[in-house]
Amino acid sequence: MIELIKAAGRNALRTGAILLIFALVATALLVFTFTRTEPTIERSKQAEKLALLTQVLPPALYDNDLLASQRAVLPDELLGTRHDSAMWIARRGDTITAVVLEAIAPDGYSGNIALLIGIDVDGNVTGVRVTAHRETPGLGDYIVRSKSPWIEQFVGKSLTTPESKRWKVIKDGGQFDARAGATITPRAVVKAVHAALNYVARNRAALLAAESAPDTAPDKETPP
Amino acid sequence: MTLQEFNTLFQNGLSKQNAGLVQLLGLCPLLAISTTLVNALSLGLATMLVMASASGAVSSVRHFVPHEIRIPVFVLIIAALVTVIDLLMNAFVHPLYLVLGIFIPLITTNCIVLARADAFASKNRPLHSVVDAVAMGLGLTMVLVVLGGMREIAGQGTLLSGIDLVFGEQAKPFVLHVLPDYQGFLLAILPPGAFIALGLLIAAHNWQKARAEQRAHAAAPVPA
Repeated sequence: MIELIKAAGRNALRTGAILLIFALVATALLVFTFTRTEPTIERSKQAEKLALLTQVLPPALYDNDLLASQRAVLPDELLGTRHDSAMWIARRGDTITAVVLEAIAPDGYSGNIALLIGIDVDGNVTGVRVTAHRETPGLGDYIVRSKSPWIEQFVGKSLTTPESKRWKVIKDGGQFDARAGATITPRAVVKAVHAALNYVARNRAALLAAESAPDTAPDKETPP
Repeated sequence: MTLQEFNTLFQNGLSKQNAGLVQLLGLCPLLAISTTLVNALSLGLATMLVMASASGAVSSVRHFVPHEIRIPVFVLIIAALVTVIDLLMNAFVHPLYLVLGIFIPLITTNCIVLARADAFASKNRPLHSVVDAVAMGLGLTMVLVVLGGMREIAGQGTLLSGIDLVFGEQAKPFVLHVLPDYQGFLLAILPPGAFIALGLLIAAHNWQKARAEQRAHAAAPVPA
């Protein structure tokens, strides 16, 4: 009987050791691959982020290193954010020309729509891009630039053009285009862009004060 | 490996034991991703790559794995391989990764990979296992492509939409507008459309099998 238990114990130990060896080999393989690929992946991530930023800012507006100008923005109802978000500052020479803000449209057809909104110092939208969404494929996803040019209609709009009550989709008496059968998605985006413009108008002084500081690494890095 | 063995493996993978139509394994990614032909083909090929490397690896270590811990070891191998492929693709073929990236982790959840590792690779030599995995993966890819094509035509009236994401902007003219001025049919794009289309495919496959059997029956009369 004791012999049997001993044999079973030895067997369990052997099986456990084999499992451990497999786990160690797999971990080593992962560590090796991760450390070898990390620098390349980090570079592509930065390039991707920069590419997105340049899509909402005309190249004539800035000559600074946009990625280095990143800083944290406190959560704000107008931005739809619940955690710190990121902001980038465009300068030409020493003059601030525009800011790029992260905003969330919380009332999409299926959850949050993450936006990147560029706004120049005069309060005009320089560009909007959707960075994450879960809208219905083939129906509500025309807000994405790769699917349709819909999102370009915000370029050049501000709090005064059009006036506030016209910041709506056509169906609601506003002036923004929307496709029949998918009004909830564009309605959410229009509302979020309008709110972001209001945010910049209200916090202009604070933003400018923060902006006048030289570009330094933000205290709190926030992933986009 | 003889030619006959090779043929048998491919017949099993493509038709007799087809993962999507006969074994009905791996339906989660199958139904989630097959909204367009390009998506379906990309996921199919990525799954095939993972299956081939997982089966090869499992088969090479099959003599060292005690029977009672084979499932944890296989899961460990598959998960490690998928992560390695994910990292390598992210680092070295970044544009392709942007398209396939979201599918790669999904492959880990595809039970067909584990099923082939356990049912075939753990009992056969590496070469046979890799061929079996490629055949099975090809069979799954075929089903995915047909399903993706059906859903894309019915859902948005196009074929090959999104091909520019894989081959760059210059591939955009390849998008075929099969049904011009099509209003779109949402059901085909949503999950129920996937179930209905898969049901039709299984029915067609069974019908064709039944006819083949009938014909074989008629051609070879019962000896007196």
